[in-house]
Amino acid sequence: MDATPQRAPRPLGLLAELTHRCPLGCPYCSNPLALEPRADELDTASWARVFAEAAALGVLQVHLSGGEPAARRDLPELTKAAHDAGLYTNLITSAVGITAETFAKLSDAGLDHVQISIQDNEPGTADHIAGYKGAYVRKQALAAEVTRLGIPLTVNAVMHRANIDHVEEMVALALALGAKRVEIAHVQYYGWALKNRAQLMPTREQVDRAVAAVEKLRKQHHGQIVIDAVVPDYYARFPKACVGGWGRRSLNVTPSGKVLPCHAAESIPGLTFWNVRAHSLADIWDNSPAFLAFRGTDWMQEPCRSCPKAKEDFGGCRCQAFALTGDARAADPVCYLSPHHALVGELAEARADAAYEYRR
Amino acid sequence: MSVSPDAKPKLPRGVRLTHNEAQGGWVLLAPERVFKADAIAAEIVKRCTGEATLSEIVDDLAKTFNAPRERIETDVTAMLTSLIEKKLLEVGA
Repeated sequence: MDATPQRAPRPLGLLAELTHRCPLGCPYCSNPLALEPRADELDTASWARVFAEAAALGVLQVHLSGGEPAARRDLPELTKAAHDAGLYTNLITSAVGITAETFAKLSDAGLDHVQISIQDNEPGTADHIAGYKGAYVRKQALAAEVTRLGIPLTVNAVMHRANIDHVEEMVALALALGAKRVEIAHVQYYGWALKNRAQLMPTREQVDRAVAAVEKLRKQHHGQIVIDAVVPDYYARFPKACVGGWGRRSLNVTPSGKVLPCHAAESIPGLTFWNVRAHSLADIWDNSPAFLAFRGTDWMQEPCRSCPKAKEDFGGCRCQAFALTGDARAADPVCYLSPHHALVGELAEARADAAYEYRR
Repeated sequence: MSVSPDAKPKLPRGVRLTHNEAQGGWVLLAPERVFKADAIAAEIVKRCTGEATLSEIVDDLAKTFNAPRERIETDVTAMLTSLIEKKLLEVGA
């Protein structure tokens, strides 16, 4: 007899937000508005335990992120702990506040891959977006150091109204820096980015040009560099399968040890998150209220419940559904079938050239 | 793109083949990507050490699995070509 209880799927990826501290002030940051203070951060040993538990749970890749992960002085030890646990280690960094010496230590610790964010293809505008003078030049130097060490590099080009017309230049820059992969990452509106939405939102014409540019660049550089891009949310007709489905493929540990199904999940009121200080990662994945809240399809309402794509896009993004409709169980209004879909178009038109509200 | 019989394929830095019990088998890990590898793909990739030539890898597989060399060569070449295009494999001289 087959009496095996139905088990939650196993996660593939862990986003480890090692700290919320960051020297940059990017207005598109998707960290929460209430940043966690240094005093609450998990210590080295706790992170090492989390990495070991993650590997046992089935996690294959850990994304060492933040904030700026290098703001943690123990970053080499943390990288080694993740590597020793058998995880594929990916450092997501601004490359500001990190030195060549640190990169050498990270390389020795077994770092598999580095992703560096670049704000624009020209120092003046790039530093303005980052809210940090000299950031662009430092990023160039550190990117060169990463490729010199032989660590594969991805350039993360975060695109919005001020730089979306520079897709060609950003890909050329990524190639010049020796990156094997570039992400044309259109801003997603969570946290600080949601606060700056009117300042960041591109126009429909800009988006169409950017999508066409990516198609052309992919053909042109086929085999040289992998170009990953997604359609910007507010101009899409179908919602993204956010985090590959709630509690299905990935999990996020905040600097203080809270475990979230996605990095923006705390924006949904009423969810209870468990902490790695009190529970094992496996227990949290299988049993914590926040993970059970929207796992699978039972929570859905119409039009998602009877939708043939319910198990492909999982109703889109819960945080976006809540942010735009006030109901976290609603269809992501990016979907053309959502009764709120027109609102997304209206918000995309609500652009304003006000000053950025920098993440601080 | 085609792979020469003398080419010595290997996984570049940043790409790893690993076995994970909880995920139920072999996986190829790459930047921001995970590929499930079936048993045959894993046998091929395991042999891509940068030491053996494509020709030697095919010989080894044909012998190990007692299968016709020609068919193995076609399958392995197709798979390696696809991996190279995805930047999951590189060939040294």
